[in-house]
Amino acid sequence: MPILTVNKLSKSFGGLMAVSNVSMELEQGELVGLIGPNGAGKTTVFNLLTGIYPPTSGYITLYRNNKKEEIQGLKPYTICKKGIARTFQNIRLFKDLTVLDNVRIAMNKNASYGLISSFFHTKSYGIQEKEVLEKSIELLRILKLDHKKDELAKNLPYGEQRQLEIIRALATNPCILLLDEPAAGMNPAETAQLTEMIEWIRKNFNLTILLIEHDMSLVMKICERIYVLDYGMVIAEGTPSEIKSNKRVIEAYLGEEMGNA
Amino acid sequence: MKEFVKTSSKNRWLSLARKWAVLLMIYVIVQVLISANIINDYIFSTFVTVCINIILAVSLNLITGFTGQFSLGHAGFMSIGAYTCALITLRYSSQVGFIGGLLLGAVLAALVGIFVGLPTLRLKGDYLAIATLGMAEIIKILFRNVLEDLTNGAAGLSGIPQFVNWTWLFIFTVGTVVLVSNFINSSHGRACISVREDEIAAEAMGINSTKYKVMAFVTGAFFAGIAGAIYSSYFYYIAPDLFGFMKSIDILVIVVLGGMGSISGSVISAIVLALISTYLQSFPELRMVIYGVLLILIMLFRPQGIMGSRELSLSVMKKWIQGIRRRNGGIA
Amino acid sequence: MEQFLQQLINGISLGSIYALMALGYTMVYGIIKLINFAHGDVYMLGAFVGYFCMTFLKLGFFPSLLISMVVCALLGVTIEKIAYKPLRDATRISVLITAIGVSLFLEYGTMFFVKPDPRSYPPLTGFLSESYSLGNLVFRGKQILIICITIVLMALLQFIVKKTRIGKAMRAVSLDRDAAQLMGISVDRTISFTFLIGSALAGAAGILVGIYYNSINPLMGMMPGLKAFVAAVFGGIGIIPGAMIGGYFIGLVEVMVSGYGNSMYRDAVVFAILIIILIVKPSGLLGKETREKV
Repeated sequence: MPILTVNKLSKSFGGLMAVSNVSMELEQGELVGLIGPNGAGKTTVFNLLTGIYPPTSGYITLYRNNKKEEIQGLKPYTICKKGIARTFQNIRLFKDLTVLDNVRIAMNKNASYGLISSFFHTKSYGIQEKEVLEKSIELLRILKLDHKKDELAKNLPYGEQRQLEIIRALATNPCILLLDEPAAGMNPAETAQLTEMIEWIRKNFNLTILLIEHDMSLVMKICERIYVLDYGMVIAEGTPSEIKSNKRVIEAYLGEEMGNA
Repeated sequence: MKEFVKTSSKNRWLSLARKWAVLLMIYVIVQVLISANIINDYIFSTFVTVCINIILAVSLNLITGFTGQFSLGHAGFMSIGAYTCALITLRYSSQVGFIGGLLLGAVLAALVGIFVGLPTLRLKGDYLAIATLGMAEIIKILFRNVLEDLTNGAAGLSGIPQFVNWTWLFIFTVGTVVLVSNFINSSHGRACISVREDEIAAEAMGINSTKYKVMAFVTGAFFAGIAGAIYSSYFYYIAPDLFGFMKSIDILVIVVLGGMGSISGSVISAIVLALISTYLQSFPELRMVIYGVLLILIMLFRPQGIMGSRELSLSVMKKWIQGIRRRNGGIA
Repeated sequence: MEQFLQQLINGISLGSIYALMALGYTMVYGIIKLINFAHGDVYMLGAFVGYFCMTFLKLGFFPSLLISMVVCALLGVTIEKIAYKPLRDATRISVLITAIGVSLFLEYGTMFFVKPDPRSYPPLTGFLSESYSLGNLVFRGKQILIICITIVLMALLQFIVKKTRIGKAMRAVSLDRDAAQLMGISVDRTISFTFLIGSALAGAAGILVGIYYNSINPLMGMMPGLKAFVAAVFGGIGIIPGAMIGGYFIGLVEVMVSGYGNSMYRDAVVFAILIIILIVKPSGLLGKETREKV
């Protein structure tokens, strides 16, 4: 059962064709990788999927609750509410806020009380705030960051910041999670931890995951399928072993060594 | 987990009750001093200025400090409240007229806030600043020229009946601070803060940044309208030029000095700057020169202002006292 | 028809002033992304320096113009070094607030020393006090002077920007500061130079306004400053030809509104133009959209 299909998606900026006729399909529960050289358009694809800008042409279709819906061109917050969450290549945490607040903000859906309640701190405010607080702390606890909940996000070590980005995205209760280079700047030990975490959350949160990554050990280890992008176009698609031996991919990106690994 | 929340809610009740008790005490003490004429008219007018500035600073802080939208047109909203309340009380001179005029003024200011905010809040940083400045100038020209028959133009309105007393002043000032504080500590407030921190990330987390920017802007406008109404109903004379760019700058200085993102900071700095203004009353140019230098120095050396984005609380004060004690070698 | 042509002449004169100021705004914004709120006050000081030179030092117009431009140039560089340079990597709002602070300091500092009463330029002699008629049209000598000087200065500016090394450096730094630095360009010196030229032009505008309207006061810089900024935005902020076009456009609009409509509304119209531009095409007439990289 596909959960997301991308159909001939294109995006041009002025004269530059950043993404060109990209088509992809994600099955419910899959863990799919998106790789390619720098500038290939991977983050642009993410940005199109999450509504940061509308595509020049093409369609993005979300299948949820037995309904299918075209979501290209919708605003980011609408797409988030429909169940697609993401992390960013350059960490975009709310730096001057605490870890807890970063998560609580992402839980905004759960605090649906109105303005009057906000101004006067009514009972419904109290009840829903308590719920949001408890859920946030619980989420942090499960993902082992609750001991730092009152720490300012900017004071966290790099690896934990990346971790918080993922936790924050999870707090929006998504069905699809887009991870943009989650392992960037991590050493092998941290990467191994991250790999475990990604596997774990996929299972326990019932997620479909699309992952941009340059670290091939991570990609080849956990991705069930991989799309390869180059100059804005999909040049290959398949299982890790298929991709590893694909001539075009080796030429454009992996290089001889990886291909023979 | 449940225990943790239960005992802290009891603590919260206690600290809340404590705060209200302190506020009540302040109200009673001042009221007594006024009745005994120890606080005479001159001193009271300083109180009024301080309170109006608190309301203005807190409401601007909501827009600029907490939501990160740089508004240089706050005085425009104030003028809407001032003129509305003045015109209504000039016709219906009674308590009801005053309150009605005040509320109507605040609502009108809020409506103008929506009208101004929706198209301009898409702009960033300096562009938004200039756009809001332009809007405030247009409002001023509206009151001075377009609606001249109604507002008496540049000559201004005088003889506005005085309905503001300590009770009303107290209610509206405390009310503003409490309501804005409550707003900040809610999901809406957090959403606003996230828009300030990183608008793109906030949108990706499901937050409609435009909605919250407008929400903060309109709320700020509403309270600025209240401040304007209070001004007109105490100082009994208003004119369009009182609500120009300089007034908006005045308010901005208070917010910047107190700390963008700290309500208690705005309150403190409103008091401090009102005192400085009163002291420098005979040297208006010097006051503005000092303001200018103050802005430059704050931005260069302490951009977070007095309070940064923290709030004054018993725990913060304890830490300061401990810090001072330590520096004096442990001798209190 | 004649009134229209007359207004045209007036509009071009006023537009020249706005163009000179708008150039300063646009160059500074182009290079460090700052709306230099204090720019209008540099213009004001240019007017006062001119007043001082012509009234107390009894100098002629051209020497006064030169002194004005030099003093303002130095002032601009000093302001940049003291108030803006330390904040080069701070948020844009911080620098904007600082600029407001500098503006207040200049306005009220001047007021403190010279008192708020308006001063008049000394009566002018010779060419400047003449009027020339062509049919029913009147060309005042002052207007011809303003237009000519503006053209000369703008041509000079174009030459500097297009043909000299420092001009190329200015363009490079405004496109990509870090890359320019890596290419060996001294970013500090380039930015200082930008302020130098921009402020010199503002100074020229100030003294020209002084002899045109004859009356100067310490707060005279605020409104024209804002309007010149609107002009810069209209033409495309950061784009030099845009500032020139914008300046003349705003000057003409203002004169036309005063002449055919109600002079009370001329400020409102200029601000309305600003709001409309910012909503419809914030990058201005000649500008290009730039995107934030996500």
